[in-house]
Amino acid sequence: MNGSPLLPLFGYFALLSLFAVGGANAAIPEMHRIAVEVMHWMNDRQFADSFAIAQASPGPNIIIVTLIGYHVAGLPGAAVATAAMCGPSCMVAFLVARTWDRFKEARWRIAIQAGLVPVSLGLIAASAFVLARTADHTIYAALITGITALVGFATRFNPLWIFAASGLLGLTGWL
Amino acid sequence: MSGPVAPVAPVAPSPSSTITRPTLSELFRAFAIVSISGFGGALPWARRKIVEQKCWMTAEEFNEAFALSQFLPGPNVVNFSVVFGSRFGGAPGAAVALAGLMGPPLIIVTVLAMLYARFGDLEMLGRILVGITAAAIGLLIAVVAKMAAPLFRKGWDWGPPVAVAAFIGVAIMQWPLPLVFVTLAPISIALAWVKR
Repeated sequence: MNGSPLLPLFGYFALLSLFAVGGANAAIPEMHRIAVEVMHWMNDRQFADSFAIAQASPGPNIIIVTLIGYHVAGLPGAAVATAAMCGPSCMVAFLVARTWDRFKEARWRIAIQAGLVPVSLGLIAASAFVLARTADHTIYAALITGITALVGFATRFNPLWIFAASGLLGLTGWL
Repeated sequence: MSGPVAPVAPVAPSPSSTITRPTLSELFRAFAIVSISGFGGALPWARRKIVEQKCWMTAEEFNEAFALSQFLPGPNVVNFSVVFGSRFGGAPGAAVALAGLMGPPLIIVTVLAMLYARFGDLEMLGRILVGITAAAIGLLIAVVAKMAAPLFRKGWDWGPPVAVAAFIGVAIMQWPLPLVFVTLAPISIALAWVKR
């Protein structure tokens, strides 16, 4: 590879940042295409492992770009990839939020906001459904999903305890 | 430490609530805790912290801010931290909320990356993950139910049918998400315009 890999790292992820509508999971296929097929930064197995680590660590799943950056160019790569993935979209979010709050009383703003909420809810519900269908392979896993949903909805019990218990159950290999 | 004066419209006080404003250090701490707790997605934790524990937003305000974040490009929760932070503290607020959300996981994931480069065995991690993922999906379902409550409480308006249509389009019919959004959003916005 010619020159520093930091420049293409920054370029690709900055671009992806502005086109990743639908969140981190929607952007995964495009990341795979760039990192594995176009730039040959990593192989399939390494990409899949990065995805698993990003899922396993707390925080936004977009953190997978940090891992890709680290794999390509160590700590500077991790920093550059993360900044590129978050920078442009955060600037847009900031500018829109400012404009948005300025027109708080405008009728068009109220209509857009009220119109977006039900669509947003339906899409979050759909992603929960799709995740459950792809991730819950056994009746036990589905049971854990159901119990967590009930406890999360009906009580103020801290779900971290359920997470710890389910992680241990997973470790036993029953799920 | 009091938050800086932001050149935005003040948050409309809702009649029946005890909505308070966070300071910059509270913003940072809240988003840091949300991100550290947020295995398998930070949305349920953000709602728990902001609506249920801190009372910084009503359920409706949270839905609106999150819906806006979802339709901006980039990761939803990252956008949400910027939208939320800027509303309560201008540019410094946005920066502080973002730093709180991204800082701790960045450190954790970098350590994990180093361990992986050294050992490279993820079999155990994978099994633990299957369990945590199952629970995380349950938590996501719970938060959808909570977020839906204010929408359905208003009665059978245009909102619930639109939400159900979006769900069916993506989950059952498996149409592409952008297609469902581009079709439904204008219809929903038009209905909201007419109904007001």
